Amino acid sequence: MTESIRPAAASRPALALHDVSVGHTERPLVEHIDLAVFPGQVTALIGPNGSGKTTLLKTIAGQLRPLSGSIELCGEDLQAMQVSKTARIMSALFTGRPRTELLTTKDIVDAGRYPYTGRLGTLSDDDEQVVREVMEATGTWELRDRDFAHMSDGQRQRALIARALCQQPRVLLLDEPTSYLDIRAQIDMLQLLRRYARERGIAVLASLHEIELAQKAADRIVCIRDGQALHQGEPSEIFTGPVIADLYDLDRSSFIDAFGSVELPRPEGRPRVFVVAGGGSGAAGCFRELQQAGIPFSAGVLHGNDVDGLLAASLAATVICERDFEPISDGAIERAKQEIRDCGALICCLERFGHMNARNGELVAYAHELGQPVFPSAKAYLDSLNQ
Amino acid sequence: MGAARSVRLAGSTASRRRARVASVNVALAVALLSLIVVNLCVGSVQTSPLDVLRILSEGSTGQTASQVIWEIRLPRVAQAVLLGGALSLSGFLLQTFFNNPIADPFVLGISSGARLVVALTMIVVLGANQVMDSWMSVGAALIGSLATMGFVLLIARRVRSQSMLIVAGVMVGYICSAATNFLIAFADDQSIVNLQNWSQGSFSGARWDDTALIAIMVAVTVAAVFALSKPLGAYQLGEPYARSVGVNVLGLRLLIVLISSLLSACVVAFAGPVSFVGIAAPHLAKLAIGSSRPLFVIPTCFLAGAVFCCGCDLLARMLFSPVELSVSAVTAVFGAPVVIALMLKRRSFR
Repeated sequence: MTESIRPAAASRPALALHDVSVGHTERPLVEHIDLAVFPGQVTALIGPNGSGKTTLLKTIAGQLRPLSGSIELCGEDLQAMQVSKTARIMSALFTGRPRTELLTTKDIVDAGRYPYTGRLGTLSDDDEQVVREVMEATGTWELRDRDFAHMSDGQRQRALIARALCQQPRVLLLDEPTSYLDIRAQIDMLQLLRRYARERGIAVLASLHEIELAQKAADRIVCIRDGQALHQGEPSEIFTGPVIADLYDLDRSSFIDAFGSVELPRPEGRPRVFVVAGGGSGAAGCFRELQQAGIPFSAGVLHGNDVDGLLAASLAATVICERDFEPISDGAIERAKQEIRDCGALICCLERFGHMNARNGELVAYAHELGQPVFPSAKAYLDSLNQ
Repeated sequence: MGAARSVRLAGSTASRRRARVASVNVALAVALLSLIVVNLCVGSVQTSPLDVLRILSEGSTGQTASQVIWEIRLPRVAQAVLLGGALSLSGFLLQTFFNNPIADPFVLGISSGARLVVALTMIVVLGANQVMDSWMSVGAALIGSLATMGFVLLIARRVRSQSMLIVAGVMVGYICSAATNFLIAFADDQSIVNLQNWSQGSFSGARWDDTALIAIMVAVTVAAVFALSKPLGAYQLGEPYARSVGVNVLGLRLLIVLISSLLSACVVAFAGPVSFVGIAAPHLAKLAIGSSRPLFVIPTCFLAGAVFCCGCDLLARMLFSPVELSVSAVTAVFGAPVVIALMLKRRSFR
């Protein structure tokens, strides 16, 4: 799919790594990396802390020498390229923050025009226009006269991204561009980077800590761990199966592919309450509340790919599932009744039942029959425990 | 339409800043000129400003007043201006280099290192009954500066905190001063007279041939610093960013070390170690123009250093006349509070 979107002329990678090994000392931190970033494409580097993402980006940016292998920038060998030429092709955002005094935000962004200005570094009208355009796009124009040292981390981050963009690169390296930003700013920034990448054919290589953002914003994902580029592929390939869970040593059920998010681990122990949910009623104020209160629970009867089915698979001790789009069968009801007997209490999140889950009503009736307390919500249940 | 407006708006901020820089520079230039005139007038032989102008326009004649102005006061004030500016720029370079607002050749021990080597050379040369010429002192001071700078750089690689770097520099300075005092104690009488006076920091005894040499050296280095203002500006954002926009970081670092050492060597060779000017003057210059962009700061910084030194030299001569104070004592009185204020302001020093 991505292949066909990519413009024909851009079939050559803007940045290519061939069997590259990187590290701060002679001992390689990450080895044998083969990587290609194409114009207009956003590639995300993900992996646990200390896996070498930053070291890899530093090496590409020319701060460290690759221990072996070669890096090609727009078809040329990076090592042989003049720094002044590299600066017109590639710009970067690093995690270290400049410590400045008496420099305005605009001074910082202006610094990105360095490769294009003359001997004394004064900006021409064209330069000014590029700077203004980028600052408006990143929402930093209003801050232009503020002292960079006195701004919030998020504002500084945006100014530094503006600086990198106004260098008008063909390859953009970003080390954790979303750190320090609030959720709204993260989304705006990734949207902006995607737009710049698409419209100007910039090849973006970014390390991201927020894997759910990587899944949504990147065209390609590279997973780094244990000294190698473990997996590479499109988000749809990486975010299926156990790849992410294994990459970060998560319990396999706590990462939900469909949401791209991670749940806290389920409470330990035998289930104490049975939850009748479905259609998102469990996700909207029951499952996570029980998890946070540390109460193991069972859930049923749910459809496996219903929101509640997906979430319960991560959080519930036992889930009684029915096949998607099928009415609840006798077998499922019997298993659910078994669970209810073991639990001793029931929460029914639903106010009414539909065609497909009509028989969940039988479960509520069954709990009444057994003389078990039945609660309309997790809150009611938790309150009863506290009394 | 939007584009034209954008350029105009951006231009207005820039032009406001340029106006501020210009007015600060004009004010400093006026202050410097008046200080020069006062410096020429005041002394054991009081001369009125009008007489000074007359004497200056007449050129050097054999009269006493003319002799005093031309041969004593004028070279002295010229040296104070040039060396004050040099010291201030040297401080600015070191502050940029270490990204540390209270770095300067005195605090980092570079002046003291230079002084040690000059004292050593002086004792050896005078001991051999030779004459110590200006070139030799500058050369010795440069070797001392570079050696100390190299040592400080070695320390800087190991310490991460700004305050530790300063502490290390101060210690290096103490060691070098102790060694110098040791030398002075064991030097013969004839050398002591020379050493004692110079090693306290003073502009007295300025001669024209020295002044010419200083003028050339300072002019060349200042021009070099100004030519470096663009990469220096990029370097203020830190090494990774400087590199990523195409600055040859290693080359720039070498040049900064060389130029700042040359500037402070020049000062030490002719005036001895002068304290705190290298911190106070650049800081006040930056505050006055409200920016630390090297393109604006460098000229203002030079002027501020010149004014600072000129003023302090005037006080050193006048306050307890006929007893003359060392200029370093006066600069410390005015400079040290600035340093303390800086340390209190900077969060990273706590």
